[in-house]
Amino acid sequence: MQFGVFTVGDVTPDPTTGRAPTEAERIKAMIAIALKAEEVGLDVFAMGEHHNPPFVPSSPTTALGYIAARTSTLQLSTATTLITTNDPVKIAEDYAMLQHVSDGRVDLIMGRGNTGPVYPWFGRDIRDGIPLAVENYQLLRRLWREDVVDWSGRFRTPLQGFTSTPRPLDGVPPFVWHGSIRSPQIAEQAAFYGDGFFSNHIFWPKEHTQRMVEYYRRRFAHHGHGDPDQAIVGLGGQVFIRKNSQDAVAEFRPYFDNAPVYGHGPSLEDFTSQTPLTVGSPEQVIERTLGFRDYVGDYQRQLFLIDHAGLPLTTVLEQLDILGEEVVPVLRKEFAARKPAHVPDAPTHASLVAAAGGAHDTTVHAVDDVTGRTVEGAQA
Amino acid sequence: MTTRTLAVLSAGLSVPSSTRLLADRLTTATVAALRARGDDATVEVVELREHAHDLADALVTGFPNAALTTAIDTVVGADGLIAVTPVFSASYSGLFKTFFDVLEPGALTGKPVLAGATAGSPRHSLVLEHAVRPLLSYLRAVTVPTAVFAAADDWAGGGVDQTLAARIERAAGELAGLIAGQPVASRPADPFADPTTSFEDLLRGQ
Repeated sequence: MQFGVFTVGDVTPDPTTGRAPTEAERIKAMIAIALKAEEVGLDVFAMGEHHNPPFVPSSPTTALGYIAARTSTLQLSTATTLITTNDPVKIAEDYAMLQHVSDGRVDLIMGRGNTGPVYPWFGRDIRDGIPLAVENYQLLRRLWREDVVDWSGRFRTPLQGFTSTPRPLDGVPPFVWHGSIRSPQIAEQAAFYGDGFFSNHIFWPKEHTQRMVEYYRRRFAHHGHGDPDQAIVGLGGQVFIRKNSQDAVAEFRPYFDNAPVYGHGPSLEDFTSQTPLTVGSPEQVIERTLGFRDYVGDYQRQLFLIDHAGLPLTTVLEQLDILGEEVVPVLRKEFAARKPAHVPDAPTHASLVAAAGGAHDTTVHAVDDVTGRTVEGAQA
Repeated sequence: MTTRTLAVLSAGLSVPSSTRLLADRLTTATVAALRARGDDATVEVVELREHAHDLADALVTGFPNAALTTAIDTVVGADGLIAVTPVFSASYSGLFKTFFDVLEPGALTGKPVLAGATAGSPRHSLVLEHAVRPLLSYLRAVTVPTAVFAAADDWAGGGVDQTLAARIERAAGELAGLIAGQPVASRPADPFADPTTSFEDLLRGQ
């Protein structure tokens, strides 16, 4: 099972000091968090994509490319990549490039984005959210799997004889998860392709996540990809950990009370009981997280949100120390002990290459305009 | 004998409230009218005052908590709804509106509804027509022609004024007629049922 952290990259004032970080500080903090994640033994770092303040990560592959160069084992992911407002051609190119520079340590979580005004900035309309996700993703898959694509659709200009470069590393596209808080159509999309399904698992009660995941598993089997318990499920989650649970609650409360999205609403205690948020000791976080399995089944990826709502970097790095030293090693062991052998791990580049029968270079060499010969042909 | 479920939504704030009093009068009359038509009725009351915090939380978090979910399910799953609000600042109360704001789209489509309102002055009587009825129409509920307004004048004299009583009677008869003419309410469609449109059709843009 993979463990990691995901960030939405919000630039939020620290409610205990009133000071907001600069964009520069926040960007460097996200990078520090990613490097620390690998250092403490976590598997995954995922970065959100947003195009409106207070969020700073508009260009995830730039940041992930830098992180790739500074790490060696960390899996780089997104939370989420906007499959609606991005041109699928650019996603195909950017993430294939990232695959090459990171030696395959890349996967993506697709999302639609729920902020209406953002769509027109990219020539889109939020009312087309689902059709955009469906059409764009289908094109993205073809761009990664077919060397030369002829395509026409509803939302972008047609492609004739188009080759997306670079071709995916070793001829194997990055693994894709689909994320949605509340749209069964997106779980259906994940099930149709046999892709992963990632449940946000932060803002809504666990019963909701349970229904979405159950639906995805059932449809995964319906579309012929395996048994329901072999579907690839990822969960978000939100924790704040201190040695003593009272200290965790006291320290986290002002951040919770003023947090974007749910702040100024239910009490910390109510939200903790209603949603998967866990604020407490390492033992409490371990027990609660192991309990996720009771309602979603054996799953492949657990990402924690630990750096939002204005929490200072030093605190976040301490959280990573606790996760790496006291929480994740226990979770790794306990989840592994519970998982039956026929339940797969989350796909990685290595496993996908093996499943494809080995690495294949798929470089497409240009054709000489005059002679009509390719570089390969000229060398032959 | 068919048993119908009647949900009663009261947005009164004081206890006891004249809003709840009107809701109870409408409920009693509707149950009697249903019985006269050969239907039995189960009454489930939702006092919005008890869900004021839940509703504010739902606005902020985007999801209803367990207590509010129960209240929403009661209203959405009923055969008919009696909805009564006090008039605040020339319209329905904010609490009353918030309940409708947190419902899923389509939750009340086709639902027979009797609307009532209370106020301190008879000059607010058209609030039912210019505010409450358009709200229910937008939600595609089927609102009975008679909406019942009760001001302080209507309660005067220690009993229900005969004109008010007649309006209650007429409105209850209209609601009972709508409910009795319908099949027993089924739960809204399950969003997690197998899709009726195949993914291949979605890909073809259908």
